[in-house]
Amino acid sequence: MKTNTLFPRADIIGFAVLAVVIFLLLPAVLDSFRLNLFGKYLTYAFVAVGLALCWGAGGILSLGQGVFFGLGGYCMAMFLKLEASTPENTAIQSTPGIPDFMDWNQLTALPWWWEPFYSLPFTILAVVMVPVVFAFVIGVAMFKRRVGGVYFAIITQAFAAILTILIIGQQGFTGGVNGITDLRTLWGWDIRTDEAKEILYYVNGVLLFAVLFAAQFVRKSKLGRLLIAMRDQEDRVRFSGYDVASFKIFIFCLGAAFAGIGGAMFTLQVGFMSPTLVGIVPSIEMVIFCAVGGRLSILGAVYGALVVNWAKTTFSESFPELWLLGLGGLFIAVVMLFPNGLAGIWSEQIAPRLTKLISKNTNPATGQGAPAE
Amino acid sequence: MFADYSMSELGAIFAMQGFAGLILFSVFVLMALGLAIIFGQMGVINMAHGEFMILGAYVTYLVSNFFAAFLPGIFGIYFFIAMGLAFVVSGGLGLFIEWAMIRHLYKRPLDTLLATWGLSLILQQLYRSIFGAREVGVTIPDWMMGSLPLTDLIEVPINGIFVMVLAVGISVAVYVMMFRSGWGKQVRAINQNRVMAGAVGINTEWTDRLTFGIGCGVAGVAGSAFTMIGSTGPTAGQLYIVDTFLVVVFGGAASLLGTIASAFSISQAQSIMEFFLSGSMAKVLTLLTVVGILMLRPQGLFALKLRK
Amino acid sequence: MNKMNDKFLLRVEGLTVSFDGFKAVNDLSFYVEPNECRVIIGPNGAGKTTVLDLICGRTKATDGSVKFKGQELLEMREDQIVHAGVGRKFQTPSVYEDLTVFENLELSYPKGHGVFGALTFKRDEAVKSRIKEIAATIFLDGMLEEKAAYLSHGQKQWLEIGMLLIQDPELLMLDEPVAGMSVAERKKTAELLNRIIKDRSVIVIEHDMGFVEDIATRVTVLHQGKTLSEGSMERVQNDPKVIEVYLGH
Repeated sequence: MKTNTLFPRADIIGFAVLAVVIFLLLPAVLDSFRLNLFGKYLTYAFVAVGLALCWGAGGILSLGQGVFFGLGGYCMAMFLKLEASTPENTAIQSTPGIPDFMDWNQLTALPWWWEPFYSLPFTILAVVMVPVVFAFVIGVAMFKRRVGGVYFAIITQAFAAILTILIIGQQGFTGGVNGITDLRTLWGWDIRTDEAKEILYYVNGVLLFAVLFAAQFVRKSKLGRLLIAMRDQEDRVRFSGYDVASFKIFIFCLGAAFAGIGGAMFTLQVGFMSPTLVGIVPSIEMVIFCAVGGRLSILGAVYGALVVNWAKTTFSESFPELWLLGLGGLFIAVVMLFPNGLAGIWSEQIAPRLTKLISKNTNPATGQGAPAE
Repeated sequence: MFADYSMSELGAIFAMQGFAGLILFSVFVLMALGLAIIFGQMGVINMAHGEFMILGAYVTYLVSNFFAAFLPGIFGIYFFIAMGLAFVVSGGLGLFIEWAMIRHLYKRPLDTLLATWGLSLILQQLYRSIFGAREVGVTIPDWMMGSLPLTDLIEVPINGIFVMVLAVGISVAVYVMMFRSGWGKQVRAINQNRVMAGAVGINTEWTDRLTFGIGCGVAGVAGSAFTMIGSTGPTAGQLYIVDTFLVVVFGGAASLLGTIASAFSISQAQSIMEFFLSGSMAKVLTLLTVVGILMLRPQGLFALKLRK
Repeated sequence: MNKMNDKFLLRVEGLTVSFDGFKAVNDLSFYVEPNECRVIIGPNGAGKTTVLDLICGRTKATDGSVKFKGQELLEMREDQIVHAGVGRKFQTPSVYEDLTVFENLELSYPKGHGVFGALTFKRDEAVKSRIKEIAATIFLDGMLEEKAAYLSHGQKQWLEIGMLLIQDPELLMLDEPVAGMSVAERKKTAELLNRIIKDRSVIVIEHDMGFVEDIATRVTVLHQGKTLSEGSMERVQNDPKVIEVYLGH
């Protein structure tokens, strides 16, 4: 069966085009400042891909992806902050050797739960596992009791609010509203140089492709078809003998893991982590990246993240007051006029015409093109 | 921690804290009523609810300025006119939004959520462009200033009492509309069985629009009331939205009484905890408790077991 | 296990469910033997569909017991009940509209039902041949790559029956399997049902009396959530109580 193969031809082309865009086209046309910006956008794409699975395929709309992005990002930031806070670097503090914001808040010792973040392997594990465990707890509580739809959306949004308030309120432990800043090196490698940013951009690209492959594997497995079945006929899936909750928990945790990786890469690429990336507003903006790209398409999600953020940067530079209007309009337009986003426009409008055009040019002898698939 | 206070002082602190909780309760009730109508009865998530409240607040601000400039003689009563106008303006915008947007999305609740979020961003930017990014306050009429001394130690601010009275009044009005008027009966009928309601001759389309409009109008009145106890900024609405949704969901979405009960418990819990903890921790703990209870009892405090 | 337990595949005893005080099913008891075809009839609102909902776990009972091969179904989740060997067809055809006929059947294939199993599920020859076999039984062998959304109402009903068959349940519950079908489809369905009810126990809700007479081993008449009469079709048809509330109308 052709639907069973992991990569149908259209998907191979799609992956290849995206690889060309990320690894060749963008680095070729952008200066190092802009490339760094696109590196940042790529970290949002991780979240958007996870949302395409959770929301697009599974029908689970989380308005709390910022929580997982933030948890992953903060884990990485804690490691980097500890590395930057050597006793020599922090000699002027009243307690040298602890992060500067702790010293400013009259802390005299490192909290115990910061200690493990001296270890890079632990940190890498935590970047994925902390969001996953958190998502698992929420998922078990909600999905086992069959809470879904808008209730789930509101509860996840409440978590985004709670975590933001908590981070801002506990500034001695978290850096408060400024976040964790002044990060310097990763195992001695300076992440602040232009060269490092460029390397991080490529690392982002490679990791994103790893995540995309994983997402593609899930989507093309029976689990992927089950998600779609669940979205439309949840009851029927139960009576086909599936424990619906465990599948929802799985996909929600997977989305959280993707978001956590994205958050950690954000910290590395941009050099800080702050509560402004955790709260309600960034969380719902992450949904719009996915919606603009086309909620069903994992590749579309990447383009969505790139296009929306690029537009945001461009507009906020020149017409800051227009941006909010534009973003608001985008939310409404994508829901009301283009529910399948860029991917929908591509597959419904452009691809069929392209196929027609190509078959007309290449197949004049046989007189008929390949039927549109 | 209580050792520094005498018994009477402690009593006064608790009384004042309790009163602060009552004001917070009134605020929650006012915020949640409109949402309880729209979400509870129609199942529509309106993320722009906060912006409809802010619209009411700005209307009040304009009316207050108008009275101060042209009708200073009767400035004392401007607020009542402002409140009526806030209802009309917010309600009118609600009718329009229902017609232009919401009605196309009734079958897609998650999409409604995103579209109304977009609307909230647009409204915020419009407020910022028209009224400026700074917060604005209204001039409170003289009779609402000052406080009422109950004992030597306990004083209650008059504007706080006024907001409480308003909350009670508007709750009663909403109750009467929902359970004593023909419109209320139609709304409840549609909520229970849309097809059947349509079949027996209820104009479901118009009732939906009116319901959404009234919900938004009530939000406008709430915003108007808030100007008595605080100032108004373009993004103030966003601060309320999570609290408001939690109040409504916690109460059991379809129950008006549940909404009021949940507003009461959440506000009291928060203001009592605020005395012991920092404001942000009190907020975190309150929200966590609410979310925790909702995870154990997703249908909220008040809900019926219904035949599917 | 004593002899009584062995005789019956399904033992429903004292089954009660109340919705906010209203008892849709009230202290209902009945027993189904292996290879029996039990038809439940009764006026609208008698609680027929609710009984099926209770057995398959869709609605939680207030009281009573439903034992299937000695297991208490009321304490199990829907998917566990399915794995125990109970299949359920809904009244309105409920298939996965966005998926093809093949995928619909594949999802019902009794393998890879855990998260990990679903991720690593392979579409091997055994799966394919079984799906083809079932598709032929339900008259859809030419339409495997068709999206379920494009099937006719009758074809969707068949597909759902096929999704149950592939699970190979010991107890099959069908809720008005011929409702809304054309005459030709109805005839084909009757033939299909007659074939598939052979090697298993079946509970059917049906209004079409000719059809009931054709397939029923025994008939249970429900009225206001209680058994009004039970026995062979002939016995039930001549029961004056039944004539009064149902057949007489």
